[in-house]
Amino acid sequence: MYSDKVMDHFTNPRNVGELVNANGIGEVGNAKCGDIMKIYMKIENDTISDIRFKTFGCGAAVATSSMATEMVKGKTIQEALDLTNKAVAEALEGLPPEKLHCSVLAEEGIKAAIDYYYKRQDVQ
Amino acid sequence: MKKLVYLDNAATTKISNAAREAVLPYLSESYGNPSSIYSIGREAKKAVENARAVVVEAIGATPGEVYFTSGGTESDNWAIKSAALYGKNKGKHIISTAIEHPAVINTLKSLEKNGYKVTILGVNQHGQIDLNELRDAIRNDTVLITVMTANNEIGTILPIAEIGAIARERGVLFHTDAVQAAGHIPLSVSDMNVDMMSLSGHKFGGMKGTGVLYVKKGVRLPPFIHGGGQERSLRSGTENVIGIAALAAALSDAASRLPLTDVVRKRDRLIAGLLKIPRSHLTGDPVNRLPGIASFTFECVEGESVLLLLDGCGVCASSGSACSSASLDPSHVLLAIGLPHEIAHGSLRLSLSEDNTDEDIDYVLEKLPGIIAKLRDMSPLWHE
Ligand SMILES: Cc1ncc(COP(=O)(O)O)c(C=O)c1O
Ligand SMILES: [Zn+2]
Repeated sequence: MYSDKVMDHFTNPRNVGELVNANGIGEVGNAKCGDIMKIYMKIENDTISDIRFKTFGCGAAVATSSMATEMVKGKTIQEALDLTNKAVAEALEGLPPEKLHCSVLAEEGIKAAIDYYYKRQDVQ
Repeated sequence: MKKLVYLDNAATTKISNAAREAVLPYLSESYGNPSSIYSIGREAKKAVENARAVVVEAIGATPGEVYFTSGGTESDNWAIKSAALYGKNKGKHIISTAIEHPAVINTLKSLEKNGYKVTILGVNQHGQIDLNELRDAIRNDTVLITVMTANNEIGTILPIAEIGAIARERGVLFHTDAVQAAGHIPLSVSDMNVDMMSLSGHKFGGMKGTGVLYVKKGVRLPPFIHGGGQERSLRSGTENVIGIAALAAALSDAASRLPLTDVVRKRDRLIAGLLKIPRSHLTGDPVNRLPGIASFTFECVEGESVLLLLDGCGVCASSGSACSSASLDPSHVLLAIGLPHEIAHGSLRLSLSEDNTDEDIDYVLEKLPGIIAKLRDMSPLWHE
C-alpha cells in the first residue's frame, strides 16, 4: 500500500522530538479525526535553522511529517511557506489516494508554526 | 523464510487440513456438474448433499434447513431481506444492535430507504445489549430481530438463546449472524432459538466466498438468485462443489475440537501480558468472549501505525482505527461501546487460531511494548 520511501520515513522518522528554544510552534489536526501533528521550529534570520515534530497518526501522517521537516530544514520562511502537500507526497514517491488528506497536515503544520512566529514578532 | 505470526484469524483463516483433504476428489476427478446425470456429475451432487448433511448435523438443524451461499454477507442479505419482504403485511419494523457487521447494517440501511423503520439497540461497555430494552423495542409491526452471535472486533458473545426466547414469545422472527462464532463455540440452532443463521466458510478453515444460511422449517424464504433451480430453486447457480465440500469438512472438524481450551489459555496469556503496558485497555466482554479474540486500545497511539510496525516484525493483526478506513471514522463498534474517538483510534485486534503457539504469544509480548513505546515517544498526546 505504501511506497518504500513512505515506509522508510515512517519506520525511521527524521527530526522527531521537541525543541526547547523553539520560536515557532504549530499544532494541527485533532484527535477526533485521528491525526495530530505538532511542529517546533527555531527561526533565525528568516531561516529555519532547526525543526522537530511529534505526530499522532497513521503511517502517512508520520511519513509526511518526517519528509516535510526534512524539506524545510535550512530553508527560508518564504521557501517553507511555498511547500505544498503535493510536493511532500511526490517526494515520498506518492501516497494512496485515501491518504492524501493525512499529508495536508504537514503543510498546515509548517504554516501554523510560521504564523505563530510572526505573531510573536508582532507582540515584541 | 521471513518470520510470520498470523494473528488475524477473525479476518480469515487458512484452509484447514480437513478441508484440504475433502476437496481433493473434486478437483480433477469428480469434477462434473452436480446437475448432470452421468457418474462424475452424480458424484459432485453427492458431495454437495453429503456436505449439507454434515452442516445440518454440526449445527443441530434438520435436513432441508441448510442453504449454501457465497458467504456471510450474502447470507445476511438473504435472511434480512426475506424477513422484510414476507413480513410486509404485518409491518415494517426491524430491531438490531449497534455492533453488527456492515453486511447487516448496510442491508438494514437499504431497507430504511424503502420505508422500513429500524430500531438500533445500544450496547454497554462490554458490547452487551439490555434485554429489557429489547423487550420494550418490540412492536406490533416488528417483523425481524437480528442480533449477531459474537462480535468480530471485540469478541463479545451475546446471549442468543435468551434473545431468541424473547423473539419467539413475542412471535417475531429472529436471525443471527454467527459468522465469528461458528467453529469457535458450540452452536445449536434449537438451543439458540433462532429462525435464521448466517455462517461464513473462511472464518473456520473453509474457503473465501462460501457460506451457509440456515432457515428453520416453516419460515418462508423467497428465491434470492433466479436461474437454473439449484438450492431448491431459491439460490440458483451451479454449486461451488469444492467450496461447499471444504466448508462442511472444516466445520465438522472445528466443531469436533471444541471447546478451544488451549486457545483460551493462550488468549488470556496475551491479554494479561499486554495489559501490563501502561494505559492499555481490553475491549469487549472480559468473560463472555470468543476464544480467539484479544482486543485492545492503547492510549495516545494510532492503530494503523501499530499495524505497520507489527507487520515489520512479521505479525499480522488488525485495527478499527479510522485512518485504515475510507470513512475517517473509527469503528462503529468501538464508538458503540462508549470509547471516545481519540481512544478508538488506538485499537488493536489480535485473533488466534489453534495454530498459534506459545512462542507466537511470547514473540508478541516481546515486540509490542516496544512498538507502543516508540509510537508514544513520537506522539504529541503522550505525557508520562
Ligand atoms: C460478523 C461477520 N459477519 C459477516 C461477515 C462477512 O462474511 P463474508 O466475508 O463471508 O462475506 C464477517 C466477516 O467479514 C463477519 O465477521
Ligand atoms: Zn492518516
